Amino acid sequence: MAEANDISGKAVKDFLAEAEEILDQLCADLGIMSDGIDTGECDPDSLNSVFRGAHSLKGLAGMFGFAGIQDLAHNMENLLDSLRLGKVDLGSHVMNVLMDSLEALGTMIRNLGEGGAEEPALQPLLKRINDCVTNSGGLESDSVLASLDIPASMINALTEYEEHRLLENIKKSRNIFSVLASFSLATFDQDLAELTDSLKKNGEVISTLPSVGSNMESSIDFEILFGSAKGLEEVAALVAEANATARWVNAGAGTPRKTAGEAVAAKPLVIEDAFPVPVETDEAQVPSGGAETGITAKSMSRTVRVDIGKLDDLMNIVGELVLSHSTISDIGEKMRKAGYSTMLAELLKAAKGLERKLNELQKGVMEIRMIPVGQLYEKMGRIVRKISKEQGKKVDLRLFGADTELDKLIMEDIADPLMHIIRNAIDHGIESPEERRNSGRSERGAIRLSSYQKGNHVVIEVEDDGRGIDLDKVKRKAIEKGLIPPNDTLTDREAVELIFLPGFSTSDKVSEISGRGVGMDVVKNNIAAVSGMVDVESVPGQGSRMTITLPITLAIIKALIISTAGRYYALPITSVLESIMIESTDILTVERKEVIQLRENTLPLLRLNRFFQLNGEQESENVFVVVVGVADKRLGIVVHELMGQQDIVIKTLGPVFEGVRGVSGAADLGDQRTILVLDVGGIISEATKGGCQV
Amino acid sequence: MRRILVTEDSATMRSLLVATIEASGDYEVVEAASGFEALRLLPRERVDLIITDINMPDINGLELINYVRKSETYRNTPLFIISTEGREKDVEKGLTLGANEYLVKPIDPARLQELIRKYIGTAPN
Repeated sequence: MAEANDISGKAVKDFLAEAEEILDQLCADLGIMSDGIDTGECDPDSLNSVFRGAHSLKGLAGMFGFAGIQDLAHNMENLLDSLRLGKVDLGSHVMNVLMDSLEALGTMIRNLGEGGAEEPALQPLLKRINDCVTNSGGLESDSVLASLDIPASMINALTEYEEHRLLENIKKSRNIFSVLASFSLATFDQDLAELTDSLKKNGEVISTLPSVGSNMESSIDFEILFGSAKGLEEVAALVAEANATARWVNAGAGTPRKTAGEAVAAKPLVIEDAFPVPVETDEAQVPSGGAETGITAKSMSRTVRVDIGKLDDLMNIVGELVLSHSTISDIGEKMRKAGYSTMLAELLKAAKGLERKLNELQKGVMEIRMIPVGQLYEKMGRIVRKISKEQGKKVDLRLFGADTELDKLIMEDIADPLMHIIRNAIDHGIESPEERRNSGRSERGAIRLSSYQKGNHVVIEVEDDGRGIDLDKVKRKAIEKGLIPPNDTLTDREAVELIFLPGFSTSDKVSEISGRGVGMDVVKNNIAAVSGMVDVESVPGQGSRMTITLPITLAIIKALIISTAGRYYALPITSVLESIMIESTDILTVERKEVIQLRENTLPLLRLNRFFQLNGEQESENVFVVVVGVADKRLGIVVHELMGQQDIVIKTLGPVFEGVRGVSGAADLGDQRTILVLDVGGIISEATKGGCQV
Repeated sequence: MRRILVTEDSATMRSLLVATIEASGDYEVVEAASGFEALRLLPRERVDLIITDINMPDINGLELINYVRKSETYRNTPLFIISTEGREKDVEKGLTLGANEYLVKPIDPARLQELIRKYIGTAPN
């Protein structure tokens, strides 16, 4: 519906923001339900929450005329309603249909977000959903409800779902109570929440009915319908804390039971076993959306949604302020040299004050962009569940450091690479349950995802306890593909890096999951694009670990300005370990590479002018070396001059320069000079690869 | 000035409703983002018309209707239900409990305006 899209760009943005919030909640709830299936129970609250999510999304999409999304949500809602009313049993087959539907919704919404046209809901998917819904199912009788000792008005205020939950509780031979409480109007939501929380630990809260208190302006009453296996005295004691009273309700169901005790479970929610039924070949092609990236706000009530573009604008303004400050400092320098000392003291004082404020402002804006890594973890959890089910493998996902914060844009860019790494770990790393049993290990494999801050970097580790990387197989493949010469002797550390070469893949069949052209080289490039690095370690028979090192943020950084062959470059201070001056005679040549002895270690050198193929060799005895490092790799960059430190704002160079190794962007130096910012990780990679003669 | 309470938990939907109402005449809108908020507002604010969604997380619309109809002040206040397609049983219950009208999403702005004028009328600006 084209008109809907023209209503106003802002309205559509509101739709997207709210739709994505609903999606995130659906994702979390489906995750809980899915975990529940493994242990054989289905949490009615999560199911109801998923139902409400689909219902809300349907209404929202309908309002904007997005018929495809509305259609899919409507069908999901039907299925979910049947599920929560007990008309359809929840099993892994239905669960898969729900998961696929959620993925399809995510893709459709994302398409809209990227300005694409809305696509119609997929017919095969809709058919799969509808096939799950049967119209036959227990019809509940009204007579059971009428025999309960509840006022008719309360029964009438129960929605169809609440009625169903009431009857379920009765079927399970639980005791039904009515709890009456009176609260002050000012605090009733907290008071009620406390009461229902303690009730929920002992049974199910079926419905809460408000009515006018003794004084309408200051108090409010609630009648709570509660189902539990506990007896009346226990429940009465429980609610007495909130000054509430409890009474029996299901007197009509025979003698009032003191304890429901050994109840005859009438019709429990049936859960099929955990392995999926083999899938037919003409199944719906769910559009593969890759990692679901989404624009999210944590909770509606306490946060403000901010358009990420506005944050970028703010950062630009802060950047300009930083430049202005640099200019002022420069003027101060010039004045000092020209001898205006009194006025100068005031100027410098003002400049210092400005610098302090700028630092605070910069810090504040950067903090807005920071998001806890835990958000990424939620998405990965879903992927692990899905893939391990598809592959018939049993995998536990252990998460650490979910609070570690990372710049939102960086997080979005590594979602896909992280997902591929995890897919690889499940696909190639973790063995099938039988294989694991045969080698005397636990059937369930484990993937450990942990994040932590290390200096000005964030490290994300993905560790699996699978079969590890078979180095011989890797070397053989590399030789086969002509990536290394046949008689090359490589250390284990070098061999394991071979997996990052383009064109490398040890899979004989292109599996849909990790094949299709997404190799580790793409993963490495994507991570490098945000100035990150990825390393791999592996022990055969024990497992592998991928370590991703990322800068905390890409915005304003302190840099060391250096020059070589007359050109200026910026090195991020976070990667600079030290700068030293050596004599040209200190430089040794080992196997055609230049190195120096730095304390006890040998430090490889890289002459920057040769790296960038600039003219102008330096012919002096004294040489400046900037020692840089990322993760645990070290390199000494030989430069001609050290120009000092400065705050700079890194701007990207755009797609044309994406493939250029060693450069992560450009920066304004303030006096209308623009210089390139060096990507230390990239330079180290290039230098140690041996691909260029340095 | 006539005042209308809109109880709806979806922020986007709520702002559309508010915009529609304000555009149709001289009405002041009181917003509630949840059933609980409505319960807090009703004793304090005087409203002439109540519009509520049924599907809300804390208390559902039916329970709100029950509350409203049992109170002295709002016993006879006009009340509209907003629902989505396929929830007819709940709409029926709402009407039985005392709601006057119901609207199905996607709301037709003209119909909403017509109903508002019919029940609490005020000549539009």
